[in-house]
Amino acid sequence: MLTLTNARIIDPEAGTEKLRSVVIKDGRIDQILANEIKTFPAGKVIDCGGKCLAPGIVDIGVKIGEPGERHKESFRTAGLAAAAGGVTTMVTRPDTTPAIDTPEILDFFRRRAADEVAVNVLPMAALTKGRGGKEMAEIGFLQDAGAVAFSDADRPIENAKTLQRILTYANASGALVIGHVQEPVLSKGAAVTSGAFATKQGLPAVSPMAERIQLERDLALVEMTGAKYHADQITCASALTVLERAKKAGLNVTAGVSIHHLTLNEFDVEDYRTFFKVKPPLRAEDDRLAVVHAVANGLIDIISSMHTPQDEESKRLPYEEAASGAVGLQTMLPALMQLVHGGHMDLPTLFRAISLNPAKLLGLEAGRMAEGAPADLILFDPDAPFVMDRFELLSKSKNAPFDGRRMQGKVLKTFVAGEQVF
Amino acid sequence: MFTQRHLLGIESLSQQDITEILDLAEHYAQHNLKQNKHLDVLAGLTQINMFFENSTRTQASFEIAGKRLGADVMNMSMQASSIKKGETLIDTALTLNAMHPDLLVVRHPHSGAVKLLAEKVNCAVMNAGDGRHEHPTQALLDALTIRRSKGRLHRLIIAICGDIAHSRVARSNMFLLGKMENRVRLVGPKTLMPAGVDKLGVEVTDNMAEGLKDADVVMMLRLQKERMDGAFIPSEREYYHRWGLDEAKLANAKPDAIVMHPGPMNRGVEIDGILADDINRSVIQEQVEMGVAVRMAVMELLARNLRKSKEEGASC
Repeated sequence: MLTLTNARIIDPEAGTEKLRSVVIKDGRIDQILANEIKTFPAGKVIDCGGKCLAPGIVDIGVKIGEPGERHKESFRTAGLAAAAGGVTTMVTRPDTTPAIDTPEILDFFRRRAADEVAVNVLPMAALTKGRGGKEMAEIGFLQDAGAVAFSDADRPIENAKTLQRILTYANASGALVIGHVQEPVLSKGAAVTSGAFATKQGLPAVSPMAERIQLERDLALVEMTGAKYHADQITCASALTVLERAKKAGLNVTAGVSIHHLTLNEFDVEDYRTFFKVKPPLRAEDDRLAVVHAVANGLIDIISSMHTPQDEESKRLPYEEAASGAVGLQTMLPALMQLVHGGHMDLPTLFRAISLNPAKLLGLEAGRMAEGAPADLILFDPDAPFVMDRFELLSKSKNAPFDGRRMQGKVLKTFVAGEQVF
Repeated sequence: MFTQRHLLGIESLSQQDITEILDLAEHYAQHNLKQNKHLDVLAGLTQINMFFENSTRTQASFEIAGKRLGADVMNMSMQASSIKKGETLIDTALTLNAMHPDLLVVRHPHSGAVKLLAEKVNCAVMNAGDGRHEHPTQALLDALTIRRSKGRLHRLIIAICGDIAHSRVARSNMFLLGKMENRVRLVGPKTLMPAGVDKLGVEVTDNMAEGLKDADVVMMLRLQKERMDGAFIPSEREYYHRWGLDEAKLANAKPDAIVMHPGPMNRGVEIDGILADDINRSVIQEQVEMGVAVRMAVMELLARNLRKSKEEGASC
């Protein structure tokens, strides 16, 4: 038994922040007590000093380097980074080497995770064999082996007929399909978003319209098949109108966005700074503000870190040749606090997007601040200032675009099923 | 005073920097007419030309410039060597560092690659063209050619015509001519016009007659062969008909307008062959001549800054 007293409880379901005490028993939230009550059940009592206590982050789309790229990130380092970043559930990507496209590889993956990681790990599996976009992976077997969703990560399925069949099959199996909505031919070779900045820097670029085109196509197929579909990252205003229309039409559709597209824009690339190379490329400021607004009003459901570890070698290259992606497990909360401090949204709204909604999408009990819910919790100070030093991050790769930035928001403690893991 | 350690692009130069380089280049342009051209401004210094992309003309120009100033010049053809063996740009830089060069001239197919290299080496770096980004010495030699022909480098109307999207020459010229307070017009098919370029302080049109109207300078760009057939424009002949420079289109410009081209030319594609050779209109040969002078000037200034930084480093 553990009691966390004098805590500012962030409740994303009720949309409230209140001073309360939380009693944890058998890995679950047993009681939530009014702050005036000063007699607690037996066991340890921690005074939270008025700091924020919220449901742990459920991060959809974490890349772990195992199997295949352990020099970039291992289960151990990812687990440490997640715990320190307040991520209590990592929903992992299948774009490993080899891809997680058979129950055997998935089984290896889950055993490694269980041995090395203190937070929850829920794996996604590839949608097609080898993420090749041609033959369907064994969706049924993979579901039985524990896959919570299916995705080819950053590779869109080019052939509409293939996707149509996959969506039909997935729908019949009750499987969630996650799509990367970037039209592949337009996006090929693009390093930045087109516009005056790309032109000035002479970099190959893609219009944000590539996102809208792919989203339109995917949603038309969703309408045809009735499948449950999540668009991994919506990053521009023109795609938002398409998303809104689909939601109004009652399609079984949700959408996400990464922390980077919410807090950075195309100009951050400056003079070819490859840590800012992500997929899709960072957008114009107008688009960034539009997606921030869409998160605040709930049109975009989920925020992910899109944690993508890359070693120094793969980033220290000319911009066009450098690898895409940024680490985000530990930078997620402080990056997003920028939106709270900037007045774009309050804390319950933020935790709706990083805890409650992703948990709901995957059918998890987590993400809630209610009696009976799993005690996956984080205690954090939303105001604590610090200067981000990428070499202090626990990930094996240190490719954090926020390096050197003044940030606010520090995770103080992380609990998974009532056990303190950070 | 020009105080930069490297010449990576025009964008970071001031009006004063540009004028200083051009004044010194003018001096070298006179000098290059002498019979004995040898100087010892760079005596004892080592210059390495590293071209990761094919080039004959630019590489020769840099080589002659270095040799006339007395430097020891070495050419490394990079597309044939270690890159094929998987060596990264950074490793190449570290290898070079160990050879203690003083001046490094680099051309690379990727935008920003020369800057990346400059961050890792201990010598002065000159950008001889990086991807679609910049080609600063080309813009400087164009500026010198214009200044000599027009007597000034401000308040001119300059039309840059052709494949703007893939051209680093267009970008560097756009920056330089804009900084010197000229009116710059970009003319070419919409498929070869980069997105958002109209927000960079230039006028944009796809009509040659409109673009060339009252121009003092008409600068044609090379159209790469692989972009001719169907992908960006329907055909070579349609391109020549609509955007190739001939007497009729040139008639829209001022009567004393000069014609420029960075070379190598596709005669009959972007420019009429006879027009290109017309000594009354075309300054294409003079551009090549000014190329050597401008590169000598930049090398001298960079060597001066390099010596100064080494002296300062030694004294503390």
